[in-house]
Amino acid sequence: MRPSLLSTTWVIARKDLAIEFRTRTAFLAVLVFAVLGIATFYFAWDATAVAAIDLAPGVLWVIFTFSGLLSLQRSFGVELADRAMDGLLLAPIDREAIFLGKALANLLFVAGILIVTVPSVALLYNLPLGRTLPILFAIALIAAVGLVAVGTLFSAMAANTRLAELLLPMLSLPFFVPIVYGAAQTTSMLLAGRPVAEAWPFMKILIAFDLVFLTACTLTFPYILEE
Amino acid sequence: MTTRALPDDGDEATLVNAGVETRPLFDWLFGVAVAAMVAAYVRAVFFTPIEALQGAAQKIYYVHVSAALSAYLALGVVALMSIVYLWLRDERADRLAESAGEVALVFLTAVLTTGPLWGKPIWGTWWTWDARLTLTLFLWFLTAGYLVLRGAVDEPAMRARYSAVIGILAALLIPFIHLSVYLFNTLHPKPILLKPDRPSMPNEMVVTFAGFFVACALLCIALIRARYRYGLARDAVRAMDAASAEDE
Repeated sequence: MRPSLLSTTWVIARKDLAIEFRTRTAFLAVLVFAVLGIATFYFAWDATAVAAIDLAPGVLWVIFTFSGLLSLQRSFGVELADRAMDGLLLAPIDREAIFLGKALANLLFVAGILIVTVPSVALLYNLPLGRTLPILFAIALIAAVGLVAVGTLFSAMAANTRLAELLLPMLSLPFFVPIVYGAAQTTSMLLAGRPVAEAWPFMKILIAFDLVFLTACTLTFPYILEE
Repeated sequence: MTTRALPDDGDEATLVNAGVETRPLFDWLFGVAVAAMVAAYVRAVFFTPIEALQGAAQKIYYVHVSAALSAYLALGVVALMSIVYLWLRDERADRLAESAGEVALVFLTAVLTTGPLWGKPIWGTWWTWDARLTLTLFLWFLTAGYLVLRGAVDEPAMRARYSAVIGILAALLIPFIHLSVYLFNTLHPKPILLKPDRPSMPNEMVVTFAGFFVACALLCIALIRARYRYGLARDAVRAMDAASAEDE
Protein backbone atom coordinates (compact mmCIF):
# COMPACT_ATOMS: atom_id res chain seq x y z
CA MET A 1 0.00 0.00 0.00
CA ARG A 2 1.30 3.41 -0.90
CA PRO A 3 1.66 5.90 1.91
CA SER A 4 -0.76 8.81 1.69
CA LEU A 5 0.07 12.05 -0.10
CA LEU A 6 0.08 14.03 3.13
CA SER A 7 2.46 11.73 5.00
CA THR A 8 4.94 11.52 2.08
CA THR A 9 4.76 15.30 1.69
CA TRP A 10 5.75 15.66 5.30
CA VAL A 11 8.59 13.11 4.92
CA ILE A 12 10.06 15.07 1.99
CA ALA A 13 9.69 18.37 3.85
CA ARG A 14 11.31 16.94 6.97
CA LYS A 15 14.21 15.60 4.92
CA ASP A 16 14.90 19.04 3.43
CA LEU A 17 14.57 20.75 6.78
CA ALA A 18 16.85 18.19 8.42
CA ILE A 19 19.53 18.84 5.79
CA GLU A 20 19.16 22.56 6.39
CA PHE A 21 19.12 22.23 10.16
CA ARG A 22 22.29 20.11 10.18
CA THR A 23 24.29 22.29 7.79
CA ARG A 24 22.72 25.67 8.66
CA THR A 25 24.70 27.30 5.84
CA ALA A 26 21.94 28.50 3.54
CA PHE A 27 19.61 29.87 6.19
CA LEU A 28 22.24 32.01 7.89
CA ALA A 29 23.60 33.21 4.56
CA VAL A 30 20.14 34.21 3.31
CA LEU A 31 19.35 35.89 6.62
CA VAL A 32 22.52 37.96 6.50
CA PHE A 33 21.78 38.81 2.86
CA ALA A 34 18.29 40.00 3.78
CA VAL A 35 19.38 42.24 6.67
CA LEU A 36 22.29 43.51 4.58
CA GLY A 37 19.90 44.38 1.79
CA ILE A 38 17.61 46.25 4.17
CA ALA A 39 20.60 48.17 5.53
CA THR A 40 21.92 48.94 2.02
CA PHE A 41 18.59 50.45 1.02
CA TYR A 42 19.04 52.95 3.84
CA PHE A 43 22.02 54.51 2.05
CA ALA A 44 20.06 54.98 -1.18
CA TRP A 45 17.39 56.91 0.71
CA ASP A 46 16.88 60.61 1.30
CA ALA A 47 15.00 60.64 4.61
CA THR A 48 13.99 64.29 4.14
CA ALA A 49 12.33 63.60 0.78
CA VAL A 50 10.58 60.28 1.39
CA ALA A 51 9.07 59.31 4.73
CA ALA A 52 10.18 55.96 6.15
CA ILE A 53 6.59 54.78 6.28
CA ASP A 54 6.32 55.23 2.48
CA LEU A 55 9.61 53.54 1.68
CA ALA A 56 9.58 50.61 4.12
CA PRO A 57 6.90 48.37 2.50
CA GLY A 58 8.80 48.48 -0.80
CA VAL A 59 12.09 47.69 0.88
CA LEU A 60 10.56 44.85 2.85
CA TRP A 61 8.95 43.15 -0.13
CA VAL A 62 11.74 43.62 -2.63
CA ILE A 63 14.31 42.26 -0.18
CA PHE A 64 11.99 39.44 0.82
CA THR A 65 11.48 38.45 -2.83
CA PHE A 66 15.20 38.41 -3.55
CA SER A 67 16.14 36.47 -0.44
CA GLY A 68 13.30 34.08 -1.25
CA LEU A 69 14.89 33.52 -4.66
CA LEU A 70 18.22 32.70 -3.00
CA SER A 71 16.62 30.08 -0.78
CA LEU A 72 14.60 28.58 -3.64
CA GLN A 73 17.77 28.13 -5.69
CA ARG A 74 18.98 25.79 -2.99
CA SER A 75 15.79 23.69 -2.97
CA PHE A 76 16.65 21.53 -5.97
CA GLY A 77 20.32 22.47 -5.98
CA VAL A 78 20.91 20.13 -3.02
CA GLU A 79 19.46 17.21 -4.99
CA LEU A 80 22.14 17.53 -7.68
CA ALA A 81 24.96 16.39 -5.36
CA ASP A 82 25.56 12.61 -5.57
CA ARG A 83 22.58 12.45 -7.97
CA ALA A 84 20.24 12.48 -4.98
CA MET A 85 17.42 13.39 -7.37
CA ASP A 86 17.53 9.89 -8.90
CA GLY A 87 16.99 8.36 -5.48
CA LEU A 88 14.04 10.65 -4.89
CA LEU A 89 12.55 9.66 -8.25
CA LEU A 90 13.01 5.96 -7.56
CA ALA A 91 11.16 6.19 -4.26
CA PRO A 92 7.61 4.78 -4.49
CA ILE A 93 5.92 8.12 -3.89
CA ASP A 94 3.82 10.48 -5.97
CA ARG A 95 5.62 13.21 -7.87
CA GLU A 96 3.08 15.63 -6.42
CA ALA A 97 4.30 14.69 -2.94
CA ILE A 98 7.87 15.62 -3.92
CA PHE A 99 6.62 19.01 -5.07
CA LEU A 100 4.42 19.67 -2.06
CA GLY A 101 7.11 18.47 0.35
CA LYS A 102 9.75 20.70 -1.24
CA ALA A 103 7.29 23.60 -1.28
CA LEU A 104 6.41 23.08 2.38
CA ALA A 105 10.09 23.04 3.38
CA ASN A 106 10.62 26.22 1.34
CA LEU A 107 7.60 27.84 2.96
CA LEU A 108 8.96 27.17 6.44
CA PHE A 109 12.38 28.39 5.32
CA VAL A 110 10.91 31.62 3.91
CA ALA A 111 8.72 32.07 7.00
CA GLY A 112 11.89 31.91 9.07
CA ILE A 113 13.34 34.71 6.96
CA LEU A 114 10.16 36.76 7.46
CA ILE A 115 10.32 36.40 11.22
CA VAL A 116 13.66 38.20 11.07
CA THR A 117 13.14 40.66 8.19
CA VAL A 118 9.81 42.18 9.31
CA PRO A 119 11.14 43.25 12.75
CA SER A 120 14.43 44.32 11.11
CA VAL A 121 12.65 46.68 8.76
CA ALA A 122 10.50 47.95 11.62
CA LEU A 123 13.58 48.54 13.77
CA LEU A 124 15.86 50.11 11.16
CA TYR A 125 13.14 52.31 9.65
CA ASN A 126 11.47 53.21 12.93
CA LEU A 127 8.06 51.86 12.03
CA PRO A 128 5.19 51.90 14.51
CA LEU A 129 4.19 48.25 14.01
CA GLY A 130 2.38 47.59 17.30
CA ARG A 131 -1.03 46.05 16.74
CA THR A 132 -0.60 45.59 12.98
CA LEU A 133 2.13 42.96 13.51
CA PRO A 134 -0.09 39.81 13.61
CA ILE A 135 -2.05 40.78 10.51
CA LEU A 136 1.16 41.79 8.76
CA PHE A 137 2.56 38.32 9.38
CA ALA A 138 -0.67 36.76 8.13
CA ILE A 139 -0.44 38.70 4.86
CA ALA A 140 3.24 37.82 4.58
CA LEU A 141 2.37 34.15 4.92
CA ILE A 142 -0.36 34.37 2.25
CA ALA A 143 2.12 36.08 -0.08
CA ALA A 144 4.81 33.52 0.73
CA VAL A 145 2.59 30.57 -0.34
CA GLY A 146 2.29 31.87 -3.90
CA LEU A 147 5.95 32.80 -4.06
CA VAL A 148 7.03 29.38 -2.88
CA ALA A 149 4.64 27.48 -5.19
CA VAL A 150 5.96 29.16 -8.35
CA GLY A 151 9.54 29.30 -7.07
CA THR A 152 9.74 25.60 -6.20
CA LEU A 153 8.56 24.59 -9.66
CA PHE A 154 11.00 26.94 -11.38
CA SER A 155 13.82 25.82 -9.09
CA ALA A 156 13.29 22.23 -10.24
CA MET A 157 13.38 23.43 -13.84
CA ALA A 158 16.35 25.78 -13.49
CA ALA A 159 18.50 23.20 -11.65
CA ASN A 160 18.57 21.11 -14.85
CA THR A 161 19.59 23.93 -17.17
CA ARG A 162 22.88 25.52 -18.08
CA LEU A 163 21.94 28.97 -16.75
CA ALA A 164 20.49 27.86 -13.40
CA GLU A 165 21.47 30.90 -11.28
CA LEU A 166 20.35 33.37 -13.92
CA LEU A 167 17.30 31.56 -15.16
CA LEU A 168 15.48 31.22 -11.84
CA PRO A 169 15.16 35.00 -11.23
CA MET A 170 14.47 35.66 -14.89
CA LEU A 171 11.56 33.22 -14.95
CA SER A 172 10.27 33.91 -11.44
CA LEU A 173 10.31 37.69 -11.11
CA PRO A 174 7.47 38.38 -13.59
CA PHE A 175 5.41 35.89 -11.59
CA PHE A 176 6.29 37.63 -8.33
CA VAL A 177 4.93 40.97 -9.55
CA PRO A 178 1.31 40.42 -8.42
CA ILE A 179 2.64 39.13 -5.07
CA VAL A 180 4.96 42.07 -4.45
CA TYR A 181 2.26 44.47 -5.58
CA GLY A 182 -0.49 43.02 -3.39
CA ALA A 183 1.71 42.56 -0.35
CA ALA A 184 3.35 45.99 -0.56
CA GLN A 185 0.03 47.81 -1.06
CA THR A 186 -1.56 45.99 1.85
CA THR A 187 1.46 46.65 4.06
CA SER A 188 1.51 50.37 3.36
CA MET A 189 -2.23 50.64 4.00
CA LEU A 190 -1.89 48.89 7.34
CA LEU A 191 1.12 51.01 8.32
CA ALA A 192 -0.86 54.14 7.48
CA GLY A 193 -3.47 52.99 9.98
CA ARG A 194 -6.17 52.31 7.39
CA PRO A 195 -8.84 49.70 8.16
CA VAL A 196 -8.15 46.14 7.03
CA ALA A 197 -11.29 46.17 4.89
CA GLU A 198 -9.70 48.74 2.60
CA ALA A 199 -6.85 46.37 1.80
CA TRP A 200 -9.25 43.55 1.01
CA PRO A 201 -9.13 43.84 -2.84
CA PHE A 202 -5.35 43.39 -2.74
CA MET A 203 -5.63 40.47 -0.36
CA LYS A 204 -8.14 38.86 -2.69
CA ILE A 205 -5.55 39.00 -5.49
CA LEU A 206 -2.99 37.33 -3.22
CA ILE A 207 -5.37 34.56 -2.18
CA ALA A 208 -6.50 33.93 -5.77
CA PHE A 209 -2.86 33.82 -6.86
CA ASP A 210 -2.10 31.22 -4.17
CA LEU A 211 -5.02 29.01 -5.16
CA VAL A 212 -4.40 29.18 -8.92
CA PHE A 213 -0.64 28.69 -8.82
CA LEU A 214 -0.49 26.12 -6.05
CA THR A 215 -2.89 23.99 -8.10
CA ALA A 216 -1.26 24.68 -11.47
CA CYS A 217 2.28 24.08 -10.20
CA THR A 218 1.33 20.85 -8.41
CA LEU A 219 -0.34 19.57 -11.57
CA THR A 220 2.48 20.53 -13.95
CA PHE A 221 5.34 19.46 -11.68
CA PRO A 222 5.29 15.76 -12.76
CA TYR A 223 6.05 16.92 -16.32
CA ILE A 224 9.28 18.50 -15.08
CA LEU A 225 10.59 15.29 -13.53
CA GLU A 226 9.75 12.95 -16.38
CA GLU A 227 12.64 10.85 -17.65
CA MET B 1 29.75 18.67 -35.59
CA THR B 2 32.79 19.72 -37.57
CA THR B 3 33.46 16.26 -38.96
CA ARG B 4 30.19 16.20 -40.88
CA ALA B 5 30.79 16.18 -44.62
CA LEU B 6 28.72 18.29 -46.97
CA PRO B 7 25.44 16.53 -47.70
CA ASP B 8 25.76 14.11 -50.61
CA ASP B 9 22.82 12.59 -52.47
CA GLY B 10 22.19 10.08 -49.71
CA ASP B 11 21.88 12.82 -47.13
CA GLU B 12 19.57 14.74 -49.35
CA ALA B 13 17.32 11.71 -49.61
CA THR B 14 17.23 11.57 -45.82
CA LEU B 15 16.25 15.21 -45.67
CA VAL B 16 13.55 14.76 -48.31
CA ASN B 17 12.23 11.75 -46.43
CA ALA B 18 12.10 13.89 -43.31
CA GLY B 19 9.83 16.27 -45.20
CA VAL B 20 12.42 19.03 -45.52
CA GLU B 21 12.92 21.07 -48.67
CA THR B 22 16.61 21.02 -49.38
CA ARG B 23 16.75 23.90 -51.87
CA PRO B 24 15.96 27.41 -50.75
CA LEU B 25 12.54 28.03 -52.22
CA PHE B 26 11.01 31.42 -52.72
CA ASP B 27 8.77 32.00 -49.73
CA TRP B 28 5.68 33.27 -51.56
CA LEU B 29 3.70 33.97 -48.38
CA PHE B 30 6.49 36.14 -47.00
CA GLY B 31 6.65 37.98 -50.35
CA VAL B 32 2.91 38.65 -50.24
CA ALA B 33 3.11 39.79 -46.62
CA VAL B 34 5.94 42.24 -47.32
CA ALA B 35 4.08 43.62 -50.36
CA ALA B 36 0.96 44.04 -48.22
CA MET B 37 2.95 45.83 -45.52
CA VAL B 38 4.44 48.22 -48.07
CA ALA B 39 0.99 48.93 -49.50
CA ALA B 40 -0.45 49.48 -46.00
CA TYR B 41 2.35 51.93 -45.15
CA VAL B 42 1.90 53.85 -48.42
CA ARG B 43 -1.82 54.17 -47.80
CA ALA B 44 -1.37 55.18 -44.15
CA VAL B 45 1.30 57.78 -44.92
CA PHE B 46 0.07 59.33 -48.17
CA PHE B 47 -3.60 58.51 -48.64
CA THR B 48 -5.12 58.78 -45.17
CA PRO B 49 -6.17 62.15 -43.73
CA ILE B 50 -4.23 63.61 -40.83
CA GLU B 51 -6.14 63.54 -37.56
CA ALA B 52 -7.30 66.99 -36.44
CA LEU B 53 -6.19 66.93 -32.79
CA GLN B 54 -3.15 64.65 -32.73
CA GLY B 55 -1.67 65.51 -36.11
CA ALA B 56 0.69 63.13 -37.87
CA ALA B 57 1.46 61.25 -34.64
CA GLN B 58 -1.94 59.57 -34.82
CA LYS B 59 -0.70 57.52 -37.80
CA ILE B 60 1.43 55.45 -35.42
CA TYR B 61 -1.91 54.01 -34.25
CA TYR B 62 -2.15 51.85 -37.38
CA VAL B 63 1.15 50.05 -36.91
CA HIS B 64 0.97 50.05 -33.09
CA VAL B 65 -2.44 48.42 -32.74
CA SER B 66 -1.86 46.03 -35.66
CA ALA B 67 1.44 44.87 -34.17
CA ALA B 68 -0.18 44.42 -30.74
CA LEU B 69 -2.98 42.28 -32.18
CA SER B 70 -0.44 40.20 -34.13
CA ALA B 71 1.63 39.72 -30.97
CA TYR B 72 -1.47 38.50 -29.13
CA LEU B 73 -2.14 36.13 -32.02
CA ALA B 74 1.38 34.69 -31.78
CA LEU B 75 1.23 34.43 -27.98
CA GLY B 76 -2.12 32.67 -28.25
CA VAL B 77 -0.42 30.13 -30.51
CA VAL B 78 2.35 29.63 -27.90
CA ALA B 79 -0.16 29.04 -25.08
CA LEU B 80 -2.33 26.74 -27.18
CA MET B 81 0.60 24.73 -28.52
CA SER B 82 2.01 24.38 -24.99
CA ILE B 83 -1.20 22.65 -23.90
CA VAL B 84 -1.29 20.56 -27.09
CA TYR B 85 2.30 19.44 -26.55
CA LEU B 86 1.76 18.22 -22.99
CA TRP B 87 -1.37 16.48 -24.17
CA LEU B 88 -0.27 14.82 -27.43
CA ARG B 89 3.54 14.94 -27.12
CA ASP B 90 3.79 15.95 -30.75
CA GLU B 91 7.10 17.66 -31.53
CA ARG B 92 5.38 19.72 -34.22
CA ALA B 93 3.40 21.50 -31.49
CA ASP B 94 6.64 22.33 -29.67
CA ARG B 95 8.27 23.61 -32.85
CA LEU B 96 5.24 25.78 -33.61
CA ALA B 97 5.28 27.18 -30.06
CA GLU B 98 8.99 27.97 -30.44
CA SER B 99 8.43 29.73 -33.78
CA ALA B 100 5.45 31.72 -32.52
CA GLY B 101 7.37 32.70 -29.36
CA GLU B 102 10.20 34.26 -31.36
CA VAL B 103 7.82 36.09 -33.69
CA ALA B 104 5.78 37.32 -30.70
CA LEU B 105 8.92 38.89 -29.22
CA VAL B 106 9.51 40.78 -32.48
CA PHE B 107 5.97 42.16 -32.56
CA LEU B 108 5.98 43.00 -28.84
CA THR B 109 9.21 44.93 -29.38
CA ALA B 110 7.48 46.83 -32.19
CA VAL B 111 4.55 47.65 -29.88
CA LEU B 112 6.87 48.82 -27.10
CA THR B 113 8.83 51.03 -29.52
CA THR B 114 5.92 52.63 -31.35
CA GLY B 115 3.97 53.24 -28.12
CA PRO B 116 6.46 55.69 -26.54
CA LEU B 117 6.98 57.40 -29.92
CA TRP B 118 3.28 58.25 -29.88
CA GLY B 119 3.12 58.80 -26.12
CA LYS B 120 5.77 61.52 -26.00
CA PRO B 121 3.93 64.08 -28.21
CA ILE B 122 0.39 63.10 -27.13
CA TRP B 123 0.67 62.19 -23.44
CA GLY B 124 3.83 64.21 -22.86
CA THR B 125 5.70 61.19 -21.51
CA TRP B 126 7.58 58.26 -23.02
CA TRP B 127 6.36 55.80 -20.45
CA THR B 128 3.68 55.50 -17.81
CA TRP B 129 2.71 52.54 -15.63
CA ASP B 130 -0.67 52.24 -17.22
CA ALA B 131 -2.48 48.89 -17.22
CA ARG B 132 -1.92 47.98 -20.83
CA LEU B 133 1.65 49.29 -21.01
CA THR B 134 2.63 47.30 -17.95
CA LEU B 135 0.97 44.17 -19.28
CA THR B 136 2.77 44.47 -22.62
CA LEU B 137 6.09 45.04 -20.88
CA PHE B 138 5.59 41.91 -18.81
CA LEU B 139 4.48 39.92 -21.83
CA TRP B 140 7.83 40.94 -23.31
CA PHE B 141 9.69 39.78 -20.18
CA LEU B 142 7.80 36.48 -20.10
CA THR B 143 8.42 35.83 -23.80
CA ALA B 144 12.11 36.67 -23.41
CA GLY B 145 12.34 34.33 -20.38
CA TYR B 146 10.58 31.62 -22.36
CA LEU B 147 13.11 31.89 -25.19
CA VAL B 148 16.11 32.03 -22.83
CA LEU B 149 14.82 28.87 -21.12
CA ARG B 150 14.57 27.18 -24.50
CA GLY B 151 18.16 28.09 -25.20
CA ALA B 152 19.36 26.77 -21.84
CA VAL B 153 18.07 23.19 -22.19
CA ASP B 154 19.86 20.90 -24.64
CA GLU B 155 17.74 17.77 -24.54
CA PRO B 156 14.83 18.29 -26.99
CA ALA B 157 12.08 16.42 -25.11
CA MET B 158 13.02 18.11 -21.84
CA ARG B 159 13.14 21.50 -23.52
CA ALA B 160 9.70 20.92 -24.98
CA ARG B 161 8.19 19.90 -21.62
CA TYR B 162 9.80 22.75 -19.68
CA SER B 163 8.80 25.41 -22.15
CA ALA B 164 5.25 24.02 -22.40
CA VAL B 165 4.90 24.31 -18.61
CA ILE B 166 6.18 27.91 -18.72
CA GLY B 167 3.84 28.69 -21.61
CA ILE B 168 0.83 27.48 -19.62
CA LEU B 169 1.83 29.20 -16.37
CA ALA B 170 2.50 32.48 -18.20
CA ALA B 171 -0.98 32.34 -19.69
CA LEU B 172 -2.36 31.92 -16.15
CA LEU B 173 -0.29 34.87 -14.94
CA ILE B 174 -1.61 37.39 -17.45
CA PRO B 175 -5.00 37.95 -15.70
CA PHE B 176 -3.17 38.59 -12.42
CA ILE B 177 -0.86 41.23 -13.85
CA HIS B 178 -3.79 42.79 -15.63
CA LEU B 179 -5.87 42.77 -12.45
CA SER B 180 -3.03 44.24 -10.40
CA VAL B 181 -2.45 47.18 -12.67
CA TYR B 182 -6.14 47.64 -13.35
CA LEU B 183 -6.59 48.77 -9.78
CA PHE B 184 -4.63 51.85 -10.87
CA ASN B 185 -6.37 54.24 -13.20
CA THR B 186 -5.60 53.79 -16.85
CA LEU B 187 -4.36 56.54 -19.12
CA HIS B 188 -4.67 54.44 -22.24
CA PRO B 189 -7.15 55.46 -24.97
CA LYS B 190 -10.39 53.54 -24.72
CA PRO B 191 -11.26 51.21 -27.60
CA ILE B 192 -11.92 53.20 -30.74
CA LEU B 193 -12.89 50.58 -33.26
CA LEU B 194 -14.39 47.62 -31.45
CA LYS B 195 -17.08 49.15 -29.34
CA PRO B 196 -20.83 48.63 -29.22
CA ASP B 197 -21.83 51.72 -31.24
CA ARG B 198 -20.23 52.94 -34.46
CA PRO B 199 -16.42 53.28 -34.63
CA SER B 200 -15.41 56.84 -33.73
CA MET B 201 -13.13 57.10 -36.75
CA PRO B 202 -13.88 58.26 -40.30
CA ASN B 203 -14.28 55.47 -42.83
CA GLU B 204 -11.01 56.25 -44.58
CA MET B 205 -9.11 55.64 -41.36
CA VAL B 206 -11.03 52.46 -40.63
CA VAL B 207 -10.08 51.12 -44.07
CA THR B 208 -6.41 52.05 -43.53
CA PHE B 209 -6.43 50.34 -40.16
CA ALA B 210 -8.14 47.22 -41.52
CA GLY B 211 -5.55 47.01 -44.30
CA PHE B 212 -2.72 47.47 -41.84
CA PHE B 213 -4.14 44.85 -39.53
CA VAL B 214 -4.46 42.28 -42.32
CA ALA B 215 -0.95 43.01 -43.59
CA CYS B 216 0.50 42.73 -40.10
CA ALA B 217 -1.30 39.46 -39.34
CA LEU B 218 -0.12 38.12 -42.70
CA LEU B 219 3.47 39.08 -41.88
CA CYS B 220 3.11 37.44 -38.48
CA ILE B 221 1.86 34.19 -40.00
CA ALA B 222 4.52 34.26 -42.75
CA LEU B 223 7.28 34.77 -40.17
CA ILE B 224 5.99 31.94 -37.96
CA ARG B 225 5.79 29.69 -41.02
CA ALA B 226 9.33 30.57 -42.13
CA ARG B 227 10.66 30.06 -38.62
CA TYR B 228 8.84 26.73 -38.40
CA ARG B 229 10.45 25.56 -41.64
CA TYR B 230 13.85 26.58 -40.33
CA GLY B 231 13.19 24.58 -37.15
CA LEU B 232 12.21 21.58 -39.24
CA ALA B 233 15.42 21.74 -41.29
CA ARG B 234 17.55 22.33 -38.16
CA ASP B 235 16.04 19.32 -36.35
CA ALA B 236 16.55 17.11 -39.42
CA VAL B 237 20.22 18.14 -39.64
CA ARG B 238 20.67 17.48 -35.90
CA ALA B 239 19.08 14.05 -36.27
CA MET B 240 21.48 13.31 -39.16
CA ASP B 241 24.42 14.47 -37.05
CA ALA B 242 23.32 12.22 -34.20
CA ALA B 243 22.89 9.28 -36.60
CA SER B 244 26.31 9.75 -38.21
CA ALA B 245 27.91 10.15 -34.77
CA GLU B 246 26.46 6.78 -33.82
CA ASP B 247 27.85 5.19 -37.00
CA GLU B 248 31.39 6.29 -36.22
